[in-house]
Amino acid sequence: MSDTSPRPTDLLASLGRDLDRGATPDDDSRAALSRLHDRLAADAASSGLLDVAYRTLDTPVGTLLLAATDQGVVRIAFDVEGHDAVLDRIARTVSPRVLRSPARLDRLATEIDEYFAGERRTFDLPLDLTMASGPFRREVLSHLRDIGYGRTASYAQVAVAAGSPRAVRAVGTACAKNPLPLVVPCHRVVRSDGTSGSYAGGPEAKRLLLALESAA
Amino acid sequence: MKPFEHVVAEHGATVLRVCRAVLGPVDADDAWSETFLSALTAYPRLDEGANVEAWLVTIAHRKAIDVTRRRARAPVAVPDVAELVHAPSRDGIPGQHIEQGDDDLWRALAALPPKQRQAVAYHHVAGLPYQEVASILGGSPEAARRAASDGMGALRRTYPAARPSSTARTPKGSAS
Repeated sequence: MSDTSPRPTDLLASLGRDLDRGATPDDDSRAALSRLHDRLAADAASSGLLDVAYRTLDTPVGTLLLAATDQGVVRIAFDVEGHDAVLDRIARTVSPRVLRSPARLDRLATEIDEYFAGERRTFDLPLDLTMASGPFRREVLSHLRDIGYGRTASYAQVAVAAGSPRAVRAVGTACAKNPLPLVVPCHRVVRSDGTSGSYAGGPEAKRLLLALESAA
Repeated sequence: MKPFEHVVAEHGATVLRVCRAVLGPVDADDAWSETFLSALTAYPRLDEGANVEAWLVTIAHRKAIDVTRRRARAPVAVPDVAELVHAPSRDGIPGQHIEQGDDDLWRALAALPPKQRQAVAYHHVAGLPYQEVASILGGSPEAARRAASDGMGALRRTYPAARPSSTARTPKGSAS
């Protein structure tokens, strides 16, 4: 190898660096990939290939993951659930055609912001219950939507409303596995002794939501 | 099966390098976009154990050919990457100025025969084994290895950034 002949690794390093840099200053691969990603999400949506769009939203109960199909909101998840794990589950149960694409979630994000600002009491968006498995869980979720803002019900009361008075534990499970917390207000279901009980977003988040609603 | 978003995050940069190496900086964006849209369409049917990067590079190879053909048919046809980046009008567009050093890269790549440019892109840039490169390009793994090796040999002579004498862009360890 002569003096002017670089080792292959040097040539490859230069090649990789220059390919990443692109032809113009605003063309470096980080900027280009961000632009290309947005173009892909838009192309996918207009071609009917964006089965699940998602974004994150910072709120007083942590960063929420918001996901929607073209049918409606399909999943809202708390930080503590692990957003990557939730996205993996969405890919397995709904569709692997999942892309970060905020546009479809704009309205939901606005409504959640308004809710935390105390300016909104109900969410009026189409929901997609694909991730709520089983007829009983769906039945429970439909009754949760009857519990109004600022009110609470016990697990036992929800069991009665769902037509299975003895299925109190199953109601607890249905609440814990609610794919659409906040919008389907499982936080309004509390223990018969008045304590708030467990919550997918953690007991702290549940107390915060109940306090927010009782103050308004 | 992983969310497609993870596929884009994991392989987007490599596929962009490959598209740029094969097509030059201008057409690479279209090839990348068409590659990932096509991959998104087929993704739910992809085998769980498939080599995703090889799959994407295979799609990118076909999309790059489509882009090249479209460009050849276009009214203002530009025959190759070298002419494209050297077109005077491009240098005249504010903000579209191509720096001399980068210009060298595109010119050096464009001067390679397509097979060599593709073999370099798929083996050296994307890291695919010659077996995979051969199945994309047709021909034997040995022919793919030879094309990549000839391509790298030519780049070593024609791509000044890779030479130790080029100061600003000299990679660590290669200074003379």
